[in-house]
Amino acid sequence: MFNLFKYSSPASFYPLAGRLAVGFGIASVILLVIGLYMSFFVAPTDYKQGEGYRIMFIHVPAAWMSMWIYVVMACFAAAGMIWNTRLSSMMASSLAPTGAMFTFVALWTGALWGKPMWGAWWVWDARLTSELILLFLYVGFMALESAIDDPRRAARASGLLALVGVINVPIIYYSVQWWNTLHQGSSIKVVDGGIEASMSEIMLWTLLVMTFACWFYAVAVSLSRVRSTILERESDAVWVKALLKERKA
Amino acid sequence: MLSTVKCMVMRDLTLAMRHRSDVLTTVFFFIIVVSLFPLGVGPDAALLKEMAAGVVWVAALLASMLSLTRLFADDYNDGTLEQLMMVPQPLSLIVLGKVLAHWIISGLPLVLMSPLLGLQFGLEGDELIMLMVTLLIGTPVLSLLGAIGAALTLGLRGGGVLVSLLVLPLYIPVLIFGAGAVTASAAGMGADGHLSLMGAILLLALVLAPWASAAALRISVE
Repeated sequence: MFNLFKYSSPASFYPLAGRLAVGFGIASVILLVIGLYMSFFVAPTDYKQGEGYRIMFIHVPAAWMSMWIYVVMACFAAAGMIWNTRLSSMMASSLAPTGAMFTFVALWTGALWGKPMWGAWWVWDARLTSELILLFLYVGFMALESAIDDPRRAARASGLLALVGVINVPIIYYSVQWWNTLHQGSSIKVVDGGIEASMSEIMLWTLLVMTFACWFYAVAVSLSRVRSTILERESDAVWVKALLKERKA
Repeated sequence: MLSTVKCMVMRDLTLAMRHRSDVLTTVFFFIIVVSLFPLGVGPDAALLKEMAAGVVWVAALLASMLSLTRLFADDYNDGTLEQLMMVPQPLSLIVLGKVLAHWIISGLPLVLMSPLLGLQFGLEGDELIMLMVTLLIGTPVLSLLGAIGAALTLGLRGGGVLVSLLVLPLYIPVLIFGAGAVTASAAGMGADGHLSLMGAILLLALVLAPWASAAALRISVE
């Protein structure tokens, strides 16, 4: 049987993370090339928004990732608190910068999209505001972690904060439905097991390819970041010393 | 159970009464921040009336946050907190008592002051009552959520600035519904929905926040 707990030890996770990071990185680059080609050359011009809508192909995946990474981060934080595993909190802290980056990209591309469509860079709309709060939550998480010197206390304190902040994710996701806002509602709905989209099929496929490209990028980057964290935290461990000696030789 | 909470509240209130200036500082900070706005945006009565609820609410948020650092810091510095964590009663009840005392010291005065400030901004009748009611429901939430931030940043360098970064994002829903209720009632739309949501937030915070702060305290004091 596949033993999950085997990989909760940094020593056995380190080489696995290295292989996975490379795999996901390559997959992400391939998907990104396909996705970008599709979004610029294959997807048709929108009847209402013209060519400007194409920014959606990075805006929507980035927004999805910003929320998803927070949820994953909170799950790792929870796992770290429940089983007291070092690796879980290292994963949580290496996801945070990527999540913050995607939140920023979602806000920035949203501003670029908003200018031609709404005529304003920024509106104080429920979804925009709650996405901005999400950025602050990421920043708060990273700030708290870096303010505490003891890595164990840092991991647990920031983990608790991540869990408290996770309440915001459903608020962002449903804000468009709860408040009648300027930001358009979701164009993709899961109905009776199938996916119903108010856009042409090729646009949907492009969006999905770009989403997976972003997703795999996030996985690859956070895995390679966690590798550095492992080396840093475990620098006194025997296997790390052996590894470094091997590299030098 | 209640006697634990009551004991903590009485203790913290007694301590606060011995340092009255701390309490007054929060109230004066609140008044000063509110009175800075008319100086900043100009004395246009219509504009001021429109922003009154938001201004009072933001000032209440800042005032409540400012006094957060004192919530656990004194007890932590003189070792009382460690003793409190060793008593057989649940830590979350002790935290609840401290939060209640914090609200009575720093939240309740703001609620009582708010109609006066609202009057200065030209609010009338129902809007004044609504402002007071929303603050009455909302300020306990501020103290409850703030306790989590205060517990997490206990004993850190630059804790005061950090606590604002952690706590203010969590305050935002309360601010939106609190100020929104006053605006909605001023527009004659009725604020029942906003008030119900605030009540729900208060109940949720009352149940979960003391528990989360107790966990945070255990992380910070090890």
